[in-house]
Amino acid sequence: MAEQGWDEFEIGAMLRSFNGEAKDVALTLQEDRDYSSNNSFTASVADWRIEKPVFNKDYCIDCQFCWVYCPDISIISRDKKMIGIDMDHCKGCGICVEVCPTNPKSLLMYSEQTDEEQALAAWPSKDEGEK
Amino acid sequence: MGEVKKIKNLKEFSTSADRFEGANLLCPGCAHSIIVREVLNATNDDLILASSTGCLEVCTAVYPYTSWDASWIHIGFENGSTAVAGAEAMYQALKRKGRLKQPDRSTKFVAFGGDGASYDIGFQWISGCMERGHDMMYIVLDNEVYANTGGQRSSATPIGASATTSPAGRKSYGEKKNKKDMVAIMAAHDIPYSAQVAPNKWKDMVKKIQHGLNVEGPVFINAMSPCTTEWKFDPKDTMMISDLATDSLVFPLYEIIDGHELNITYRPKHKVPVEEYLAAQGRFKHLFKAEYKHMIKEWQDRVDATWEYLQRREEARV
Ligand SMILES: Cc1ncc(C[n+]2csc(CCOP(=O)(O)OP(=O)(O)O)c2C)c(N)n1
Ligand code: SF4
Ligand code: SF4
Ligand code: SF4
Ligand SMILES: [Mg+2]
Repeated sequence: MAEQGWDEFEIGAMLRSFNGEAKDVALTLQEDRDYSSNNSFTASVADWRIEKPVFNKDYCIDCQFCWVYCPDISIISRDKKMIGIDMDHCKGCGICVEVCPTNPKSLLMYSEQTDEEQALAAWPSKDEGEK
Repeated sequence: MGEVKKIKNLKEFSTSADRFEGANLLCPGCAHSIIVREVLNATNDDLILASSTGCLEVCTAVYPYTSWDASWIHIGFENGSTAVAGAEAMYQALKRKGRLKQPDRSTKFVAFGGDGASYDIGFQWISGCMERGHDMMYIVLDNEVYANTGGQRSSATPIGASATTSPAGRKSYGEKKNKKDMVAIMAAHDIPYSAQVAPNKWKDMVKKIQHGLNVEGPVFINAMSPCTTEWKFDPKDTMMISDLATDSLVFPLYEIIDGHELNITYRPKHKVPVEEYLAAQGRFKHLFKAEYKHMIKEWQDRVDATWEYLQRREEARV
């Protein structure tokens, strides 16, 4: 289905989100799902970004504000801990940085080409941290 | 009735497995998807979903992709409500006849529509669904404008906003009419539950969605959805704008039980002047010019009057 062109697909056809039978999706984490190639999860919007968020877990208090307010399901939280950012689906909106309550922030925006190691090494300290 | 998902706090909420996916084509910072995530993550029940034509539908079903991990259907602009109502009617019929394939599972029916699809074009379809008593929830993603087609005014566009069909200029302060009170109109159908929600108040949202999903009969929800593109603010500021909207009481949060019993569900500790809400958005920029400044007072007075009305309704318990 995914490979068919716009003039080849069946009108009224159904797109399947998963391969085969999908049971209890609401209880199955993304990494345990068998996504079909029609699921936008398999696509990337990484090239939309001009700026990207960088995560510094040293300051993170796992409040999960970034998780709940990220529009693009790009904050990866497992077992109540924020563990990273899904860079295939993050559009670089910057909401996660705005809602992060720590000082200094545990998330900051950098230009897309910034080296993450360098950003982390030069992370602002508490005083100059609050934007 | 399914078991209500336990969500004591945000940490617990964050263990949810999203049934809405990224790489959809909604703008960066779009509140539609924040609302959809909060709604879908409020339950583990099976979901039958529909969307009316609009940003949410157009951006989550771009061939060959779907961003939905639950059954989802789109038919047209006006009929997200009836698409779900039809599925619900069929489900009830199969249930009556004992022909459900998975009778033990709990299934909920939810339709999403924009304000254009709901306040204007699908208005009578929604009214019909509410009146017929389908066991379904209808959620408006209220961004107060026809966003997907470039920002035309709808009957949810507030007075003084500049929209492409009610532009502000030398002779006009923009939209001339204030938005209609859709929650009151829907509550007047004597439905078991109607409410107004906002994405920044995730706990209030989850509580209302869970209540709405577990009550029997039609439920109407109006969800404020700040639109970075048409309200004209920076994508990073979606939650800041939401906070200004709820804390200035431009979008008061309340619920109406059985068509009459009104409860206010959020009272801001520090009430923010409406002026701050207006000033944060490009669509109201012209109101700060000398000739239109009187509109800011009009706004504050109207918001105060609505708040007064809601408080009296709540006290009266009628
Ligand atoms: C019957 C019909 N009229 C007009 C359109 C064109 N149309 C598609 S989306 C849209 C705007 C949707 O606005 P709204 O319902 O507020 O949703 P939003 O995009 O703002 O989320 C319009 C006018 C249509 N698809 N069908
Ligand atoms: S920048 Fe936006 S899309 Fe990316 S992780 Fe943060 S909130 Fe999500
Ligand atoms: S908002 Fe900041 S502190 Fe809270 S979980 Fe996210 S990164 Fe950590
Ligand atoms: S135009 Fe507005 S509602 Fe539509 S996708 Fe963009 S931000 Fe969301
Ligand atoms: Mg709209």
